[in-house]
Amino acid sequence: MDLAYTKAEEEFRGRLREWLAAVLPGLPAKPSPDDWPARRAYDTTWQRMLYDAGYAGLHWPVDAGGRGATPTQHLIFLEETEKAGAPYVGANFVGLLHAGPTVAAEGTAEQRARWLPPVLRGDEVWCQGFSEPDAGSDLAALRTRAVRDGDDYVISGSKIWTSHAEVADWCELLVRTDPKAPKHRGISWLAMPMDAPGITVRPLRTLAGSTEFAEMFLDEVRVPVRNRVGAENDGWRVTMVTLSFERGTAFVGEVVACRRTLDVLADEARSNGRWDDPVLRRRLGRLNAELRSLWRLTEWNVSESQRTGGVPGIGGSVFKLRYSGVRQELYEAAAEVLGADAFDMDREWVLDRLSSLSYTIAAGTSQIQRNIVAERILGLPKGR
Amino acid sequence: MDFQLSDDQRALRSGMRDLLGAVFDRDRLRAAVERGGAVDRGLWRELGAAGFFALRLPEAEGGVGLGLPEAVLLFEEAGRALLPGPLVATHLAAGLVKGAAEGEAVVTAADGRLPVAHLGEADAVLAGAGALAGEALRACAAAARPVRSMDPLTPLHRMPSAERTTAHSERFRCEAALLTAAEQLGSAARTTEAAVQHAGEREQFGSPIGSFQAVKHLCADMLARTEPARAAVYAAAVTGDPVEIAAAKLLADEAAVRNARDCLQIHGGMGFTWEADVHLHLKRAWLRSACWLGGAAAEELLAADLGAAGPLPGSSAAYGRAGVEAGGGG
Ligand SMILES: Cc1cc2nc3c(=O)[nH]c(=O)nc-3n(C[C@H](O)[C@H](O)[C@H](O)COP(=O)(O)OP(=O)(O)OC[C@H]3O[C@@H](n4cnc5c(N)ncnc54)[C@H](O)[C@@H]3O)c2cc1C
Repeated sequence: MDLAYTKAEEEFRGRLREWLAAVLPGLPAKPSPDDWPARRAYDTTWQRMLYDAGYAGLHWPVDAGGRGATPTQHLIFLEETEKAGAPYVGANFVGLLHAGPTVAAEGTAEQRARWLPPVLRGDEVWCQGFSEPDAGSDLAALRTRAVRDGDDYVISGSKIWTSHAEVADWCELLVRTDPKAPKHRGISWLAMPMDAPGITVRPLRTLAGSTEFAEMFLDEVRVPVRNRVGAENDGWRVTMVTLSFERGTAFVGEVVACRRTLDVLADEARSNGRWDDPVLRRRLGRLNAELRSLWRLTEWNVSESQRTGGVPGIGGSVFKLRYSGVRQELYEAAAEVLGADAFDMDREWVLDRLSSLSYTIAAGTSQIQRNIVAERILGLPKGR
Repeated sequence: MDFQLSDDQRALRSGMRDLLGAVFDRDRLRAAVERGGAVDRGLWRELGAAGFFALRLPEAEGGVGLGLPEAVLLFEEAGRALLPGPLVATHLAAGLVKGAAEGEAVVTAADGRLPVAHLGEADAVLAGAGALAGEALRACAAAARPVRSMDPLTPLHRMPSAERTTAHSERFRCEAALLTAAEQLGSAARTTEAAVQHAGEREQFGSPIGSFQAVKHLCADMLARTEPARAAVYAAAVTGDPVEIAAAKLLADEAAVRNARDCLQIHGGMGFTWEADVHLHLKRAWLRSACWLGGAAAEELLAADLGAAGPLPGSSAAYGRAGVEAGGGG
């Protein structure tokens, strides 16, 4: 057990810090949360800056255009960018954190060459078309059909909760290519261009008032067969690869951000008198313990994946289960610190409190994570 | 950064597990319960010979010369096995009290106004930088009142005045809290295993109870308490930082107590009997949670550590991350 970072790792951190200090002050002002085209522009500009500085796709393999950095360097990158207040991966989330890594792991040379560089440069944005109105937790029950017609699949059906579909160029889409096969066996993973005829995107309003996700209707959309990643009907296995990336590294920066929020909360409570309430104070102390342990658990998981060759382990489910709960508790505590201001949408943290409600739902609900932990880690029998 | 056990550390841990499996199996555990947790001097010496107490003494002083991370691994195993005796105090007394390092002496310690463990059979009680022994110890023990201990593995005495015997240094308290947390961690991991095993074997309604989600989810939550606690305990052992130790103690206490309760629930009526081991884990976990750094004190320490953040850079009320940006049910 060695928690010290090596000299090379510290040098990497130092150079990154210098670079961040040099470029962050020159960034344009942040766009309004509901202006998706502006958000896309902001996020992809940042991605381009990362690319030009050699920080894009840090953790991707070199032959996929990445830098082949170690998981530890990637951890340092996420920690330092968060600490410096750099823009969040935002609209580039799906491309960088799961569609890209999936194409890198499962795609052909041609597919990698086509899709990966634009993701890294910030030229193209991806979204995730997995969930359907009748297939959320039971993802494999999806019904969107793809029928082969010559060199194309012809796709009909609908998707839902597709984050930033409005501004995406590509969609990682799960479709049913064999309706007769058992439900996990007849699925394929496709890259669908979002400008193909037959796609209708209808934004949905979240409880926080924003329109970050959408419904997507697909009416005989033609997607070339060469856009399929992995074999036909082998999409469930490819999906598992995608989900392991999603749960493996997606929340690292957020733990740093939460710890920072907790510090700000303590400062605020000290200045507005709430700190004198021992119940609240101790609640914040407990959150400190939780976030510290989640950070250490992250280091543990990263070290493990470094040893096993880079694919995030199933420990991501344990992390996600715990983190999503802690995040919600953090913003409940924030509301107590804010007092009467907790109802003012212009106050810091109020939007975060609302958005934290999605954490136990999105990316697999807490109940689904518990099933995964119990069945795949602890080896309990599958339910009926 | 390589936050994984080294090969030596793994070997140390499995060596300890093997040793305890050989000298303190379930029959001996139940025998210890019948004896009211009285220290088995022979076993104590075997632990001494295995380096349990002298682990962190420098080699020049006859010790093993290892550090807190290794000690934590051994205490985790002791916690798993429910090994009785004042393990923490005797370990901390090595080099300070004659015979402690070798397991010849049984040394206990007092913590504030809590009852003292194993006072009646102790050869010394740690007191500040020294220890009470001989006449002073006998006087102290004579004035103390035995308590009918809730934990059958830990005999307790209440001392009339604790001033002298509780003047421990900050460092002593920190290390005692960390090693206690390591025992809690071992107990939490053990009750998780026991629950999972029982859930896989016991059948109701024609199926193993572990196929019922209500049971399955209890088990998943047990693991989700144990693993963050493990990361916290191991990290605190590496850094020795008092705030990190407080976090480790808080989370390990919670994991041990709540996992034992859930394990008991999963065992049904059997869990409420004296025969099942789970009550032993729960009672011990309750006792340890009160020791060295209780929940309230740990939380206050962790609260005092907060603040001075400066303005939030990524202020999300403007535009940061509104919610998780992607889904996927799995
Ligand atoms: C902010 C946000 C962004 C999202 N972005 C995307 C995206 O970009 N792309 C995408 O494809 N999807 C996205 N999702 C969808 C997300 O993955 C699903 O909402 C999630 O998987 C749950 O599916 P569902 O909504 O159909 O709920 P349901 O599956 O209907 O679940 C309803 C309730 O039943 C419980 N439940 C269901 N099955 C079980 C079971 N077997 N055992 C126990 N309990 C069960 C659930 O835990 C939940 O409490 C997003 C969701 C949110 C909230």
